[in-house]
Amino acid sequence: MTPLSRREFVGAGIAAGAGLVVGFYLPHREGSRKESFSPNAYLRITPDNKVTIVVARSEMGQGIRTALPMILAEELEADWKQIEIEQAGASTLFGDQTTGGSASIRTTWDPMRKAGAIAREMLISAAALTWNVPRSSCTAENGRIRHAGSARDLSYGELVGKASSLPIPSDVPLKQSKDYKIVGQRLARVDSPAKVRGEATFGMDFRVQGMKYAVLSRCPTIGGKVSSFDDKESKKISGVSYVGKIGDSSVAVVADSVWGAMEGRRVLNVTWDDGPNKDVNTASVMASLKQAASKKGANLYSAGEPAKAAGRHISAEYSLPFMAHAPMEPGNCTANYQGTNCELWAPTQVPQDCRDSVATAIGLDPDQVKVNVTLMGGGFGRRLEHDYAVEAALVSKAINGPVKVLWTREDDMRFSTYRPASLHELTATLDGSGLPVGLTHRIIAPSISGQKGQPLPNGVDPDLPDEAGPVYGIPNYLIEYVLAETPVPLGWMRSVYAMQAAFALETFIDELAIAAGKDPMKYRLQLLAKEQDLSYFTTTWHTARMRGVLQLAAEKSGWDKPLPAGRFRGVACFGCFASYMAEVVEITMEKDQPRVHRVVAAVDCGQVVNPSILEQQIQGGIVYGLANALRAKITIEKGRVVQGNFDDYAPLRMEETPAVEVYAVPSQEAPTGIGEPSVPPIAPALCNAIYAATKKRIRALPILS
Amino acid sequence: MADITLRVNGSEKKVSVSPETPLLWVLRDTLELPGTKFGCGAGLCGACTVHVDGAAIRSCSTPVSQLAGKSVTTIEGLGANGMHVLQQAWIAEEVPQCGYCQTGQIMSAAALLAKTPNPTDEQITQAMNGNLCRCGTYERIRKAIHRAAGNGGAR
Repeated sequence: MTPLSRREFVGAGIAAGAGLVVGFYLPHREGSRKESFSPNAYLRITPDNKVTIVVARSEMGQGIRTALPMILAEELEADWKQIEIEQAGASTLFGDQTTGGSASIRTTWDPMRKAGAIAREMLISAAALTWNVPRSSCTAENGRIRHAGSARDLSYGELVGKASSLPIPSDVPLKQSKDYKIVGQRLARVDSPAKVRGEATFGMDFRVQGMKYAVLSRCPTIGGKVSSFDDKESKKISGVSYVGKIGDSSVAVVADSVWGAMEGRRVLNVTWDDGPNKDVNTASVMASLKQAASKKGANLYSAGEPAKAAGRHISAEYSLPFMAHAPMEPGNCTANYQGTNCELWAPTQVPQDCRDSVATAIGLDPDQVKVNVTLMGGGFGRRLEHDYAVEAALVSKAINGPVKVLWTREDDMRFSTYRPASLHELTATLDGSGLPVGLTHRIIAPSISGQKGQPLPNGVDPDLPDEAGPVYGIPNYLIEYVLAETPVPLGWMRSVYAMQAAFALETFIDELAIAAGKDPMKYRLQLLAKEQDLSYFTTTWHTARMRGVLQLAAEKSGWDKPLPAGRFRGVACFGCFASYMAEVVEITMEKDQPRVHRVVAAVDCGQVVNPSILEQQIQGGIVYGLANALRAKITIEKGRVVQGNFDDYAPLRMEETPAVEVYAVPSQEAPTGIGEPSVPPIAPALCNAIYAATKKRIRALPILS
Repeated sequence: MADITLRVNGSEKKVSVSPETPLLWVLRDTLELPGTKFGCGAGLCGACTVHVDGAAIRSCSTPVSQLAGKSVTTIEGLGANGMHVLQQAWIAEEVPQCGYCQTGQIMSAAALLAKTPNPTDEQITQAMNGNLCRCGTYERIRKAIHRAAGNGGAR
């Protein structure tokens, strides 16, 4: 067991009647600009025996308000029914509070466990002192400390006074997974009852006394500005109280009702200055990617020398379009500017970015801006931006009062930040047995972080180390990243670049298997037969674990058994966010379109914290990924996003949703990411099934274009 | 502006709004019943589903003027005596992820079960296909409806 460093634990003590407070540091997402360890959450036990765990990550559906407390409660030996959850807002007390990168569990596993264990050990000490018995005769169980010899026991609440006066142990034992009572259980999510009653407060639902509503008219052309506006008609709408420019490119209409604001915007007359991008369209964007492809790329992964590999050469090119997150709850934020301070209620994945950006935008210090985090109606990365928060603060300042800025679905679709369009050049050299001895994958895509002005160390987009690693131990293997530029706003969308990388690689591997005359599943297993550790930035990918999920998927899908007439299968596997995933898809073709009937998903994500939430995340990622594969496409015409609502950007509906079976490899390894890894394999698995059915190879998404 | 009287969750409500205002915003802003959600504003996603005289409708595209004298039920009024059997089934099957669309899903399901107490898979798909969920909870929704049907879902 690793002793706790001084930096990991700030202290414990009585905080103004709050009882035993254990503050602890949690590491934030790698690659973030903030320091690597800082306090991120608190456990609070009060004398009334209330155990409160503060969650400093945002709940957007991934179950984090349940899963994070489970980890701490396990080591605390808490009574789960006693636990109360508190959502932290943006704070300087916490580390990086960004919720993204499938990182919440994997980066807080150790600190959460240690925090619970420290509290448990201190409570045991407190009880031993109270009873004047040896520590070793006391045990923690279900929220109480028991003394075996005398059958006495005390609740945690009864012990907080004494526990708080004790020194913090520097080294505490952690439980073994075989002794887990909470971690690994299908515990009910804490947020379900309020959500099914309609009582859960999402950002859209939050109200402040006297607040107004605002919608913004934004320049439809990317990078354009407001030239002039005429608000005469808007002001005729009942309830409209303010119309004014917000920033360079939008005009806000404020009213005492949402409908009034929407109507006011509908009749608002704005003249736009289209700016430099009025001739940009999808074709010009894809042509610029093609042009960028001739540039030398940055090295992501390199083994041997693919250029020198001798044998049969095969190459193919793949492409993916821009895509929009389209969470069910459109963007919104409530702000209350009060001259020397501003309070926000934001459905956000980045409370601290919201705080800092708002402070800059309205001329306050960050500590004058308070950001409360509401529930989110989905995030998928869209709420890693802070545009909605800045707009709300600016409008609130303009009207000098509380306001909710809300986006319509069309606003969400047309003024989003999009999954980058990308191009992929793959080449392979097959040996006499048909296996690749050389493989090169060139990823040509604009950089999300780069567009936002963040550094690209050695020319590498900082997301790629989590999302574009090697899958197979091919002796001569090169993965390159070629930076392209685009004016189209870019954002991190569920699985980010992993979806693109996996679609290209795993479709290509299927092409190689077919070229070699081999079964695509057996071909992959053969490629993974040798146990190898593939080092990729800070991650090590183990071929044995990838083989494990592939074998599990093969077994559970009955890959070796014949399918009924008209049914076809495809497989793909990929690793991202440190997890391993394999998916087998079963389809029929109906009127030249695939119908997905069944998906068997096998995952190795280390220790599973809550199997029910794991299934939710994998089923959800597959439904999300299927929509991406089949239809998701944002197109640009004359510098404007074409799609506007769920008719021309259509998510999956119930009728298209397959049965998804989820199998996890039993593991006691530390948990790894699960919010995103199920997305990448589904598109190539589906396209490989379509090839099996039709002999038609799909190299450009979406499938139904 | 017009004065319109409608019944919402069993009680009479008089609202003074412009008559073309969609029911959704009257429920959310005027009557402060935020359980009915805004998703698309165009009747494409079903997040705003409520019952009017027992039938599921999209409140985002229904002008309030059409509802004078009619009886509206929202999620807040669905389970008059505690929780509706569907809400219980939703919890038992662990349906919600983000949860934003789920009130609309439950209202659509409740309208289905009221007419078809033991729906087939096909009937469920037909009734629920207009309700989008970006978290991809459809499989568990189907299971929850079957579970509720087994527990006398029409109540």
